[in-house]
Amino acid sequence: MPQYAAIIYASDVDPTRPEATDLMKDYDEFGAGAQAVIRGGAALYPTATATTVRVTGGKGGDVVTSDGPYAETKEALTGFYLLECADLDEAVKVAARIPGAWDGAIEVRPVVDFGK
Amino acid sequence: MTGAGDAVARLVRDEGVRVLATLVRVTGSVDLAEDAVQDAVVRALETWPRDGVPANPRGWLLVAARHRAVDVVRREAKRLGKEAVAMPVVEPSPDPVSVRDDLLRLVFTCCHPALSLDAQVALALRTLGGLSTAEVARALLLPEATMAKRLTRAKQKIATARIPYRVPSAEELPSRLAGVASTVYLIFNEGYTGRSGLAAEAVRLARLLVSLMPDEPTALGLLALVLLQDARRPARFDAAGSPVLLSSQDRSRWDAALIKEGVELVGRGLRRTPSVPNAYVVQAAIAACHDLAPAYEETNWDAVISWYDVLLSVQDTPVVRLNRAAAVAERDGPSAALALVDGLPGLSDYPWWHASRAELLHRLGSPVALEALARAEETGLPAAHAAHLRARIGSDPLN
Repeated sequence: MPQYAAIIYASDVDPTRPEATDLMKDYDEFGAGAQAVIRGGAALYPTATATTVRVTGGKGGDVVTSDGPYAETKEALTGFYLLECADLDEAVKVAARIPGAWDGAIEVRPVVDFGK
Repeated sequence: MTGAGDAVARLVRDEGVRVLATLVRVTGSVDLAEDAVQDAVVRALETWPRDGVPANPRGWLLVAARHRAVDVVRREAKRLGKEAVAMPVVEPSPDPVSVRDDLLRLVFTCCHPALSLDAQVALALRTLGGLSTAEVARALLLPEATMAKRLTRAKQKIATARIPYRVPSAEELPSRLAGVASTVYLIFNEGYTGRSGLAAEAVRLARLLVSLMPDEPTALGLLALVLLQDARRPARFDAAGSPVLLSSQDRSRWDAALIKEGVELVGRGLRRTPSVPNAYVVQAAIAACHDLAPAYEETNWDAVISWYDVLLSVQDTPVVRLNRAAAVAERDGPSAALALVDGLPGLSDYPWWHASRAELLHRLGSPVALEALARAEETGLPAAHAAHLRARIGSDPLN
């Protein structure tokens, strides 16, 4: 069965902070309800903790690190789920139940199957 | 081409769409099915005019197309050193219900909301309309290479993201059908503004939807709406090719048969929506009010305004309110209408809002009409309409 990454772009909060308790409860609820199709995933710390790495001049060039993501946007990448669904319609139905969809957006993308 | 050749070409095109719909299900790929059907169609066009049309043209095309698809799959498997996946056999005389279901699947896949509107329009014309890529490109005024790329990208998305080949469930159907209808109506409007080939394609697609879903008010309303507007086509342009406003059209040139058919469809649509109005049916009812009036001055404006009120109950947008105001101007005069138009929010970038202000201000004898006209032109009012308004208001920008 095909797999989809449901990539969450939503408000940039720290899921370990007490303020996120209600949100995490929503995520727990989603996780329990969608258990049958969730194959993996991760929640990320806020973009303030991110480091962006680039190698200038292509392979073997200088490593340049910078603080945070390179673009300031209202919606940040906060995590993702790996879903196994029969087709796009089913994946979209599941994605619509991810709490991040309510104040942000979920990008649903097919995962490449490189075979065995 | 000869008359007989034309008839064969038409038959092949009509059957080709149905054969394609079945082949997509059998092969599981729009791309492969398209290639296979095209091959079968080319062969039919070569042999049928010479040898005569076979007794079961659809079956002939189905078998030939499947044959080709099997060949392609085998060749591809051999190239990759893999085992070819078996393909289900086709029934050469499929029952009408299964043909209908396959066509419905094709409709809902081509107009899937996960595809961009541009992609939906291109796919609908290519697969459901049976136009070639070159014809679709010409119809949409795009280079053929651009269109080919757009179609390829859309088919790739259907395949890799697994957009299902399925008719939506009963609870999803209304919203999905509304999406299909808006795609077809968009094609019609592209054609209505001049490219009549597209309007004809949209009418064909709307007829197809009604034949597939004869009880769905959205399908009935859409077909009624496009027929009632298309009926005015012979009078919509003057000898020089400029658009003629509804108020000045020669109504004797309207297509009476299309109007009759459209009005009957409105009736059917209304009977199927006793409690909740359907936006397409109601818009068609408004078009019918215009089409049935023997002269512009004899239009039943009370009826038109009432239908707009019904439309607002399901589709309250500033544009609908603007159109309603135009009817109010005819019934209650320009100052009542101008008050309504001026009260509409968020239309300052909409050329027709400025154009309608220009018209109403002109009727009130206000010199500000010219300013409104200038704003309409700045925001992109089509040149022919701008020229028309300018002639009415009686000013030349060079003076």
